[in-house]
Amino acid sequence: MSGDDHHPPLLHADRSVRATRVLAIRQLLIDKGVVTAAEVDDVVARSRARTPADGAKVVARAWTDDAFRGRLLSDARAAVGELDYRLSHDAELAVVENTAEVHHLVVCTLCSCYPTSLLGPPPDWYKSFAYRQRAVIEPRAVLREFGLELPAAMGLSVVDSTADVRYLVLPRRPSGTEGMSQDDLAGLVTRDSMIGVAEAASP
Amino acid sequence: MPAVHDRGGLPTDQPIDRAEHEWADWEHVANALVGVLRRHKIINVDELRRGIEAMVPAEYESSSYYERWSASIETLLVEKGVLTTAEIDAVAAELDGRWG
Repeated sequence: MSGDDHHPPLLHADRSVRATRVLAIRQLLIDKGVVTAAEVDDVVARSRARTPADGAKVVARAWTDDAFRGRLLSDARAAVGELDYRLSHDAELAVVENTAEVHHLVVCTLCSCYPTSLLGPPPDWYKSFAYRQRAVIEPRAVLREFGLELPAAMGLSVVDSTADVRYLVLPRRPSGTEGMSQDDLAGLVTRDSMIGVAEAASP
Repeated sequence: MPAVHDRGGLPTDQPIDRAEHEWADWEHVANALVGVLRRHKIINVDELRRGIEAMVPAEYESSSYYERWSASIETLLVEKGVLTTAEIDAVAAELDGRWG
């Protein structure tokens, strides 16, 4: 936005000027027939329904099917397509695999890029200035704040999302999960483990 | 000085606040409007980003996430001639009046 004097200053009371203006924009777009109320409501409903459960299913499948895991790492869009997940065409998805040697952490320093098709909307902290600023300069300290202390010998790779590539972490499969079903395994795959601020939960 | 949106590596002592706020209705609307406007090919994600990144730095920093989206949606729709600022002002004033 320019510094146009016509705009009222931003307020940070309970209902901000920007809140009112976006509702005014919705109203005008409907009145002019540019969009319909039903379309807007439909997108609201679909976005409310998205959760990290889809990403967790992808991870659990990769844990139990090596060939799928390979395809997921080399062409994530095609691999998740096998599970009937369709990604938005705006950006590619890259899956990065945690191993005994290297841990991955995802950030978007420029804004908030995130694999919402599989994880739902990003958490507030992912969009915060503190996370965006610190994840790339002191990632181990950031992980410690999340309760994850990486062994000093473990490598740490921080991947910075862009509008063109979003990242999903394939966490390590926890020990003691041999023989568990894919559904039960998916229950161990937390949102945070797919961002890289946590390990998958233990059974 | 990097642009205001380019946050990577800026020093800060701030801890990461992990509290989640519950989305207000207008935030859902802002999010959904972008989805619908994209589907109609009226705006795209790169334009949304450009509109956010073009905000006055002080406004960028003091705005919440969806306040930034709201600002960008308005910038783009006015720029493309879909809506005028005067129209938005008028309806916003009406909504303000209605809500008192």
